[in-house]
Amino acid sequence: MLPVPGRRAAGWGGRRGLRGRAAAAAAGWGGGRLAMRYNERELLSLARQPAEKAAEILMRVPKKGSVLKKRLVKLVVNFLFYFRTDEAEPIGALLLEHCRITKEEENVFSISFIEEPERKYCFECDSEEQCQEWIEALKRASYEFMRRSLIFYRNEIQKMTGKDPLEQYGISEEARFQLGTRKQ
Amino acid sequence: MKLNERSLAFYATCDSPADNAGFLYKRGERHTAYHRRWFVLKGNMLFYFEERESREPVGVIVLEGCTVELCDSAEEFAFAIRFGGTKSRTYVLAAESQAAMESWVKSLSRASFDYMRLVVRELEKQLEEMRWGPAGGCGGCRGSPSSWKPKPSGPEPWPERLPALPTVMPKENGCAVWNNALGADLPPNTSGCSGHDSEGNPRLPPLPPRRRASSSEAGGTGAAAAESPSIFCRLHERYGQEVARLRQDWLERRRGPRP
Repeated sequence: MLPVPGRRAAGWGGRRGLRGRAAAAAAGWGGGRLAMRYNERELLSLARQPAEKAAEILMRVPKKGSVLKKRLVKLVVNFLFYFRTDEAEPIGALLLEHCRITKEEENVFSISFIEEPERKYCFECDSEEQCQEWIEALKRASYEFMRRSLIFYRNEIQKMTGKDPLEQYGISEEARFQLGTRKQ
Repeated sequence: MKLNERSLAFYATCDSPADNAGFLYKRGERHTAYHRRWFVLKGNMLFYFEERESREPVGVIVLEGCTVELCDSAEEFAFAIRFGGTKSRTYVLAAESQAAMESWVKSLSRASFDYMRLVVRELEKQLEEMRWGPAGGCGGCRGSPSSWKPKPSGPEPWPERLPALPTVMPKENGCAVWNNALGADLPPNTSGCSGHDSEGNPRLPPLPPRRRASSSEAGGTGAAAAESPSIFCRLHERYGQEVARLRQDWLERRRGPRP
């Protein structure tokens, strides 16, 4: 690779006004994880879009001493946003990949993530029916679930017709749509 | 806003396959210097690490609602991830080769959840129609277009660009005809992430020529219609064979075991 003027080697030097991990390091926060940077503005914009599903539900976060609180919970693509009921900006967002949706006691379900299965976000619905609806919707909400569905349908159609349905869209070679190369 | 960062970091580093990965130069926000980072694309999340061996990502770019375009930059092989909205940041990245740049532009522009969902729904519809007949036939379809909700601020709705399905026209030999070549008229750079400039022109860089299925090369309905009876007849024959086999088994069982 030819050296290109203007490029610098990777490093932290020369950057002021840092956010995220470097700022945390500069502020002297030891131990624990440092904040991951993300495009918050776009995520906030996503939170304002029409939701696949939204409702006011009692929610409890997996923090010591936390209690059930009424939240506006909103499912948009593979994110679950949760708001204080009178606020426009979400308190937080959960990316719904590699998560487990579990039915707990009556009207209650939880979301946990496979790397930390004991940390549960709990949701208490108004009815068992609402609870089941949310469980179904959240189970289907991940990108990975959608990808598996696509691969399944593609396979089925190919078996029935002998043709790859993605060919006509010019995307049959995309890595993300490949059959049989992905783990569950 | 809080984010489940631990889970994000896990998603980034777990051994689920990535949709793309490699070194890219990322231009800093305040300074125009580029920093080389290891990028990993999974689903609609573009993670970046300080080093390839780093245990957690430095950051992530959520790719919903973005456009990906080539960049006018002093930097070679540069491209930009751009979001709508007045104060949105544009991420300028540069690859190390033409091929790498094209690969990244392609995979990033199709990375959104919305795009994936459109493709899934399209295939779902095709499968339904193959099993139960086109909408308006026996029982109609589950998951019909009325259940799509194209988002106003999201990427352009794919279904609206597709030609409408023709109604079923039985031919003399009794085979139904339907058009499987949906989207034959779609331009090659349709994607969930592609955007338009103010004149309404698609902004994606030119992609390699799309491989066209033979039916769409013939120009649409005619050729596609010629193929569809063969599909139906093939299915008919296959099920017919299975029925014949079952009947044969049944007849043999009736005759009883041979001496």
